[in-house]
Amino acid sequence: MASVNYQKLEKGKLKLTITGRLDMESTARLWPQVFKKIKEAKPKVLILDANGIEYCDGAGIGLLLKLKKKQEEIKGSIQIENLKPEFNQLITLFDPGQLSKPAKNTPFYQRVPEQIGKAVMDFLQAAHSQISFIGEVFVKFIYTLFHLGTLRWKDTFLIAEKSGANAVGIASLLGFLIGVILAFQSAVSMRKFGAEIYVADLVVIVLFRELGPLLTAFILAARTGSAFAAEIGTMKINEEIDALTTMGLEPVRFLVIPRMLAAVFITPLLTVFNNLFGIIGCVLVMVSMGFAPITLLNEIKGATDLTDLFGGLVKTFVFGYLIAGIGCFCGLQTGKGASSVGDSATRAVVAGIIAIVVADGVFAVVYYFLGI
Amino acid sequence: MDVNAKPIIQVKDVTIAYDDFVVLKDISFEVRQGEIFVILGGSGCGKSTLLKNMISLVRPVTGQVLINGRDIINAHGPELREILSGIGVMYQNGALFGSMNIVENICLVLEEFTNLPGEAMELIANMRLKVVGLEDSGYKMPSELSGGMRKRAAIARAMALDPKIIFLDEPGAGLDPVTSAQLDELILNLSRSLKITFVIVTHELPSIFSISDRVIMLDKETKTIIASGKPKELRDKSTNPRVRQFFNRQAGTNNR
Repeated sequence: MASVNYQKLEKGKLKLTITGRLDMESTARLWPQVFKKIKEAKPKVLILDANGIEYCDGAGIGLLLKLKKKQEEIKGSIQIENLKPEFNQLITLFDPGQLSKPAKNTPFYQRVPEQIGKAVMDFLQAAHSQISFIGEVFVKFIYTLFHLGTLRWKDTFLIAEKSGANAVGIASLLGFLIGVILAFQSAVSMRKFGAEIYVADLVVIVLFRELGPLLTAFILAARTGSAFAAEIGTMKINEEIDALTTMGLEPVRFLVIPRMLAAVFITPLLTVFNNLFGIIGCVLVMVSMGFAPITLLNEIKGATDLTDLFGGLVKTFVFGYLIAGIGCFCGLQTGKGASSVGDSATRAVVAGIIAIVVADGVFAVVYYFLGI
Repeated sequence: MDVNAKPIIQVKDVTIAYDDFVVLKDISFEVRQGEIFVILGGSGCGKSTLLKNMISLVRPVTGQVLINGRDIINAHGPELREILSGIGVMYQNGALFGSMNIVENICLVLEEFTNLPGEAMELIANMRLKVVGLEDSGYKMPSELSGGMRKRAAIARAMALDPKIIFLDEPGAGLDPVTSAQLDELILNLSRSLKITFVIVTHELPSIFSISDRVIMLDKETKTIIASGKPKELRDKSTNPRVRQFFNRQAGTNNR
């Protein structure tokens, strides 16, 4: 444990006597009080008696160096007396001289146009790479559909299993819960009009046309889109994408197409599970309210037809395409370092969800005009 | 290096296994204070596993590792934290945090272990960078540094808390011979000026001959130490065919 003693000598002279072990702990304690004292006294000459310093680690040397620099700043001088030679050597070894500083911010009037210009260039570059990506993927996707031999089937099935089969549980559970919740919530309002039987109509139509496809797509965007982005992003950081390119294997054909095909085909299947369990949830609630199952089934049959079901399922092909495409694109755009993988995964989820909602809006308008 | 210096690390009868697969069997050795100690051996012989065992990242099936007389394997909580604050580790690729600049990487350790004010931590970080010759690169991001600079920065970070022991995992891997030699020189300088004990895992023969005081050689087949001593003595006098093969094959490649 080190201690410090201050002694005012003649005008403008201050003597500091440090004794004991000047280690990290002691230095942390002494640092604020020593510099407070120096700030108050502003000595022209600072005499540091270091005779009593028994041990001095990096932090202690830092304290001595800072004292030197402070005195230089106020154009004063420092005399370090009786410092053991081994500590003196450390001062020479460790003195970083003039500290390099982080780059200073440019003035506001320069910064604003610079930032606007950069944002515009970034936007144009992003648009350029997105358009190139969409074009490349579209061409390769169509090519693969007509030349199925070029598809990496093993990878595609593995991805379909991970993204689809392994997600059946969560898709079904969410469908079931939404069915239950919708049935309960709507039953309260419908009861006022004595129209509780129509709860089944409401739930089934909403599930088939909107909620089933949307919920499944959100689950996939969060679960699969982020996984694609993180996996491909990590491959990019590990130079695996570069390796593929130099081996003559196009990353889009090798990595993106299997993921997109898998996603396009598993999204409708998961939606079917989601819809089915949604109906089961609704029927359970209605049966608990005293309706006979056969009545409910007849009601459901009458309320909906295949157009509702397939109208919803057609959307999911597009949702799957968007989720996988955005996930892979974000992965391929990954920069350097672990945090950029996280950024890519976040971007994939956010952009995926926005794209799904926008596409759903477009479908709503198209279906309206088609009378579906 | 003082040949009579007291042991600072003691590895006693350590056996390491992953499930049923035994990686190292009954390993015992001591590292003396202030020496540059090298663990060498061919690929897959368990060098890095042994190093990870010595810093408590891999638990042995049996055996003990004592750092300054304290059992690091069975230490927990504040005791483990205290032992770890006395050692620094440089991983093969530097393992610098990519989201922070180099000064922030070093300050992170200081923030966690000390109560030093911010300006003191920044000065200490720059002092460490001066020692490794990176005083102008403190505010760069790790991605802006070359491989050799990243390793130097990782050594600076390992030195943040004035550790008495620094572990280096393959410091020369992936570096050109000149940069590798500069790194060796830095290790020698730190050892001489700050009396830091170094434990280095490597199979780079030029480094082994230029910096190490003592080496142990691990063998993949017997899973034990098959040689220990000064590197030049092992090269010239060892009767073990595997040791001779290790040194001579590399020497043969160098002479070509």
